Amino acid sequence: MAFSFFGGVHPKENKHYAENQKVQEFPAPDLLVIPMSQHIGAPCLPLVKKGDRVTVGQKIGDNQGLCVPVHASVSGTVKAVEARPHTNGMTCMSVVIQNDHLDELCPDIQPRTQEEVDKLTAEELIAIVREGGIVGMGGATFPTYFKLSSGLGKVDTVIVNAGECEPYITADDRLCQEMAPELVSGLKIIMKIFGLKAAHIAIEDNKPAAVKALKFAIDPADGIVVDVLPAKYPQGAEKQMIYAVTGREVPSGGLPAAVGCAVFNAATCKAIHDAVYLGMPLIKRIVTVSGDICMEAKNLMVPVGTPFEALMEAVGTSENPYKVISGGPMMGAAQYDLAVTTNKGVNAITILGRKNRFAVDNPHCIRCGKCMDACPMHLIPVMMYNAERNSDIDEMKSLNMLDCIECGCCAYTCPAGIPLVQSFRTGKQKLRDAMPKK
Amino acid sequence: MAQMKYFYELTISSSPHAHSSTTTQTIMRDVLIALVPALIMSVVFFGFRALMVTVVSAAACVFFEWGYRKLMKLDNTAWDLSAVVTGVLLAFVCPVTIPYWTIILGDLFAIVLVKQLFGGIGKNFVNPALAGRAFMFSWPVLMSTWVKVGFSNAAGLISTADAVTAATPLAAMHQGQMCSESIWDLFIGNVGGCLGETSALALLIGFAYLLFRKVINARIPVAYIATVAVLAFLFPLGNDRIAWMAAQVFGGGLMLGAIFMATDYVTSPVTKLGQIIFGIGCGVITILIRYFGGYSEGVSYAILIMNCCVVLLDKVGRPVKFGAPKKEAAKK
Repeated sequence: MAFSFFGGVHPKENKHYAENQKVQEFPAPDLLVIPMSQHIGAPCLPLVKKGDRVTVGQKIGDNQGLCVPVHASVSGTVKAVEARPHTNGMTCMSVVIQNDHLDELCPDIQPRTQEEVDKLTAEELIAIVREGGIVGMGGATFPTYFKLSSGLGKVDTVIVNAGECEPYITADDRLCQEMAPELVSGLKIIMKIFGLKAAHIAIEDNKPAAVKALKFAIDPADGIVVDVLPAKYPQGAEKQMIYAVTGREVPSGGLPAAVGCAVFNAATCKAIHDAVYLGMPLIKRIVTVSGDICMEAKNLMVPVGTPFEALMEAVGTSENPYKVISGGPMMGAAQYDLAVTTNKGVNAITILGRKNRFAVDNPHCIRCGKCMDACPMHLIPVMMYNAERNSDIDEMKSLNMLDCIECGCCAYTCPAGIPLVQSFRTGKQKLRDAMPKK
Repeated sequence: MAQMKYFYELTISSSPHAHSSTTTQTIMRDVLIALVPALIMSVVFFGFRALMVTVVSAAACVFFEWGYRKLMKLDNTAWDLSAVVTGVLLAFVCPVTIPYWTIILGDLFAIVLVKQLFGGIGKNFVNPALAGRAFMFSWPVLMSTWVKVGFSNAAGLISTADAVTAATPLAAMHQGQMCSESIWDLFIGNVGGCLGETSALALLIGFAYLLFRKVINARIPVAYIATVAVLAFLFPLGNDRIAWMAAQVFGGGLMLGAIFMATDYVTSPVTKLGQIIFGIGCGVITILIRYFGGYSEGVSYAILIMNCCVVLLDKVGRPVKFGAPKKEAAKK
């Protein structure tokens, strides 16, 4: 273990704002907007209509294909089923629920005892994970059941990603500190599904309290190793993490299962535990609400569908926000409308002040090559940028633009302030447009 | 929907939303800081005229940069300090006796013809300071009049008539003889030559600073200097191999060129392999010119020639992407 991936940067961690804040239950607001698309794949179709009464944990959306269901996070009445702004910048069909604050539990939710869980087969467990609406909670929101079922028989190494290399975010850090037993329990379920005797939990060395809590929660007989990796961005990126833990390189364009690995976010493990033992689907998650202008940064346990404005009011800001970001500052999406709501993949809301402005009107590349030294995928951002500006499809292809993981290291380090990631997103679209239609 | 109840505007942009504190300006500032030891040594050896020539050259470069951008209605890049670096470096590769009008013409050539006509910062394909120097050799006598070192011999700020001329160590070595100066004098810079190139010690201090600040990496300078050292060691013209090698390395403009000119971001490769080949190429051409050329110094032209190969070198040096199929990786 402990290989060091090439490249990367070390942005100011800024974790001190929230790292010592215990996770607090955030009271569900009066109105929740639950998007039907909270995962990669086919969006859910709403199963409820205006005027219906819903209960906590009730399935309100599902679909065929690569999809996981969506559940009501509170009890109340459906006020509307309509398109609402989504954190991805577009609009998305959403179920709007008027909260009746009764928190009436859906009768389908039945806890399981250890004996019952022990009797479950891998297929049954995977079905529970799907019905629990569980997705990768690090931000990518890849359906977890699919990762499990497609990895059956291929995966020999399971890694729990508690790296959390993004600045400001402390949600997984707090989760490891406060809910390590549930995390380990969820990991054991994953190990059972894959039939493995050993697993890794990978975490950065800037979270000593979480490392301690995890080591305390692990029984020596479990075969679980805590790998403490150096704090470096993007340590938590899937391919980089697999390399750092096992030394294996996920092939370009391939999935981790191709090298026998499966990576699960720490919060995902906890959600699997909840779904299997408590019968509770994924309806709330820890969200770090932090930023350099927050009066009091917090880690909050937030019901899915809570508007950003409500969460921002809970922390208060010392000046008007310059940017409100869903996620962390390196990969998060800046929001234009604070009516957007949290979903399963929102691990943080980062509120930045005006002094974070660094945009340059006319950036001039000086070919310093710092972007290359920072690229964890060994690409050449300086040449990719020129190729994109010239819309040179062949050159973009030969520079492997589609391998870019949009981690932001290049743009972070660029002394000229060139919006490189923006350019590569555009370039990837140009490449996709140029591909022959199947 | 979307009635905004907040009274402020949110900014949206593509991620990342964080940025390192390094900018073009801080990089150029670091380069200037790294040049300070060499400037101090040049004043020690050549008098205050050295400082004056440097200041005039830097000011002229900033003026031409500002003027051109203004005239062409382009954004103003005069304050990013890159023009200052060009001005200082051009002064550093001239004799201290250079008339002010000559260096100002050199600045004009460097900034307007070499840099701005190709699109400004980041677009020029050869190093502006070295191209300016090459242009200034239109006045070969002015460009190769070397004064004896020592504060008492220093050339006047205005008139240079009093200065006592002398030969440079490389001029002697060009004749195939070992220079008369001691290696120690060559190392600290107590020898005739261009304004900023004499003191290897001061330049190495600047090199250490640049490495510490991660402004440059060591690949080009080390490859360049090592190539010159190895070739000089293998093919000495004097009796003492070691002394010949040391004189080739510390005498003349090699240190200045390898540390500050060949590493110019714009005109050097960005790929690792490209940088190493670039450094070796510079070293080979330098030795070829010093041994067989009509002119005793080869650094400027070696770098200018290699500048023209940068696009090719970057093609050769492309790294293998993460997760590339092993066959492809083995092929490269």
